[in-house]
Amino acid sequence: MSDKKEKQFSRRDFLKTTGAATGGIIGGSLIGGFIGSGWASNDNEIVGSSEDTSGGDNASSNDNFAEARMFFSRQEDFDVLVAATETIFPEDDNGPGAIALGVPFFIDRQLAGNWGSNARDYMQGPFAEGEDTQGYQSPLTRGEIFLQGIRRIIDESVERFDHAFVELGEDARVEIIAAFEAGEIEMQGVSSSRFFQLLKQATLEGAYCDPLYGGNKNMDGWKMKGYPGSVMSYYNVIDQEEFEEMDQVALKDHMNSH
Amino acid sequence: MVEVLDKVDVVTVGVGWTGGIVASELAKAGYNVVGLERGRHQKQEDFLQTKDELRFDSRYDLLQNLSKETLTFRNNPDMTALPMREYGAFHLGTGLGGAGVHWSGVTWRFLPYDFEIRSQTIDRYGEEKIPEDMTLQDWGITYDELEPYYDKFEKTAGISGEENPFGGPRSNPYPTPPMKDTAALRLFRDTTEEMGYQPFMAPSANLSEQYTNPDGQTINQCQFCSFCSRYGCDFGAKSDPINTVIPTAEETGNYELRTSANVTEIIHEDGEVTGVRYVDLNTGREYEQPAETVALTSYVLNNVRLLLQSGLGQPYDPEEETGVIGKNYCYQVEFSGRAFFDKQYNMHMGAGALGMAIDDFNGDNFDHSDLDFLHGGWISLRQGGRTPISSNPVPSGTPGFGREFKEQSIYNFYRMLSVGTQGASLPNRYNYLDLDPTYTDEFGNPLLRMTFDFHEQDRNLATFLAERIENILEEMGGQDISVNKELGNFDVEPYQSTHNTGGVIIGDDPETSAVNSYLQMWDHDNLFVIGASAFAHNGGYNPTGTVGALAYRATEGMIEFLDNGGGQLVTAKNKSKLT
Repeated sequence: MSDKKEKQFSRRDFLKTTGAATGGIIGGSLIGGFIGSGWASNDNEIVGSSEDTSGGDNASSNDNFAEARMFFSRQEDFDVLVAATETIFPEDDNGPGAIALGVPFFIDRQLAGNWGSNARDYMQGPFAEGEDTQGYQSPLTRGEIFLQGIRRIIDESVERFDHAFVELGEDARVEIIAAFEAGEIEMQGVSSSRFFQLLKQATLEGAYCDPLYGGNKNMDGWKMKGYPGSVMSYYNVIDQEEFEEMDQVALKDHMNSH
Repeated sequence: MVEVLDKVDVVTVGVGWTGGIVASELAKAGYNVVGLERGRHQKQEDFLQTKDELRFDSRYDLLQNLSKETLTFRNNPDMTALPMREYGAFHLGTGLGGAGVHWSGVTWRFLPYDFEIRSQTIDRYGEEKIPEDMTLQDWGITYDELEPYYDKFEKTAGISGEENPFGGPRSNPYPTPPMKDTAALRLFRDTTEEMGYQPFMAPSANLSEQYTNPDGQTINQCQFCSFCSRYGCDFGAKSDPINTVIPTAEETGNYELRTSANVTEIIHEDGEVTGVRYVDLNTGREYEQPAETVALTSYVLNNVRLLLQSGLGQPYDPEEETGVIGKNYCYQVEFSGRAFFDKQYNMHMGAGALGMAIDDFNGDNFDHSDLDFLHGGWISLRQGGRTPISSNPVPSGTPGFGREFKEQSIYNFYRMLSVGTQGASLPNRYNYLDLDPTYTDEFGNPLLRMTFDFHEQDRNLATFLAERIENILEEMGGQDISVNKELGNFDVEPYQSTHNTGGVIIGDDPETSAVNSYLQMWDHDNLFVIGASAFAHNGGYNPTGTVGALAYRATEGMIEFLDNGGGQLVTAKNKSKLT
């Protein structure tokens, strides 16, 4: 794990160090330090450590008991997931990126449930590759695809850049993810492009789902997109010519209304 | 041990729109009806937390659990069919109300041309206009004969709409006025009007005002909240079986509903159906439910599968071109084009059936003399309500992820408009349904096998409609217009449409059709197979309006059958097969 000094980088420092602006391959060994209590809080706060002003040691005050791993058994794998999702959906002038929106823990939980184990999909054999028009035909579950894909990201980083993925600058991380997207990375039982599509889909889900699932923290994903969430009625504004800006509403707001 | 239950007048296999319509009409007529539904019980209260894109749109919470049963798919008979392992091209409903709960609510009438498509095509263009492998058939019923039943279904559901300038004659206007329009819909309307077309509001089962139907059931006014297609309505403002026909049946006292009851076989002996066998999914116990008449009212695909599994009717053979069960499986040529605009439109607001339509390029509403295809499709701008996970529109050339993707997908969320079509799907000799030789369901019964591809007819139709869409988007002032003009092969993975049709088709000749115009099996008088399975082809529209109309007609036949002690309700044009 990262040492204390690394943990004290702020989110803004991360962007400076790893952002496209630097152009370099190496971005600093930072990702591990993001996992903790402080990352998703305000811009100027220091990220998770005992010196964290947001009280990283005292998780209860932050209500972050849910931010522990359910599916990923290795810290290294999870750190790569964190960096990969932030690469897909980075923090920018519009607002928070995947990490601050809670995407990595969202994905971890989704993989630990029905979706990750394909519980509602037909997974009986015999398995055959089939034609392109016949859809998904692998015996691998989504959880297995994620694990294999993450490990392939780890290998590919070392092969291409001789560094861990989490140490790479943004350009280098983009290059690797793009190679998966293009189907250029060898995987077993599944194409790397399918893994990429799953990873991208799950990242967007975590960015824009109802916050009840642990993603879209503080409804920041919706705020960024100008999407008001689960509004009960647009009856009075549906026919107007102008765009209507509205405050965000989450499912929690409907809990006691019936 | 199979427990044999007391005989009833009617049993329905599945309780969605068609099972609900049978239940309400037969129970009102004083017959006792049992409804067997394999899914869960559902009511409006189940949908109070419905505004959840992840749960319903991404994870398909309301759809059939494919781990228990799916189907297999191949494009042609030379391929090996493989299971549809996860959801893709179409969405199979389950639970009380079936796909009628998660539907969008677009409720069309087919054109008069549809019902007499073969004769009218030959009259106008000559027989050579019909390609060799296109098994195009008349329906054995005309629009005028079906009109009263369209009217009845529209009244049950309270459909909101305005008259289609190209539609067949109507006995009554729509029960409720058209939905409100929007900035995007008005842009489409003004543009198409200027182009010389005749735009009008699409007919909608999301209602423009609160409405009480002739059975006394009330449907609320749509709030345009956008959680419609793939969702159940939390406001009771989308007509569905659970707020109309099912409570109507229950109020008679003649209806018994059993959920978690999965029918595995229709039992028959010497040409007569005696009842059904089902498994109680809560206990695993098997029951036999004897009945005077059986209404097969599950989804299209399961109607076909249950007939084949039960050995009812002659399976279709594409090589010999014999048999009827599984024949004329059709779908929809459904696609859209998109463009970007400077203005932000409130596209997150909407309703499943909210849309502005033109029908100028549907059916035979335009001259096909110099065209290399038949039929057409309705073209529209629809505003179902855009949601943030599934909609991340970016201009062409934008990377698939990263900074530019994020920037563009956020900037364009309200600046992209799309215009789409639902093209007709005409039958082909090699598009059909049968039982898979390899894959099985949770009970070890064979899965249904779908053999389907797009053919020259579909590809030419798609190119033609894509060009119309492109022109409209240009005239609307869109930038970076993108319309795919090449249909390619049918691919089971990307979502297209849950408009599967055919397999137990209607007609006037037992040699070429499975059911008569009351959806009564030609060779089993007391079995009625009801649903889009009866479509001899799929028109250029959403199918539910026609499903509802056919179902109401079928109930009239069932009542006549029970009142008069049985028999065929229609004289077959060709009796050779029945002797």
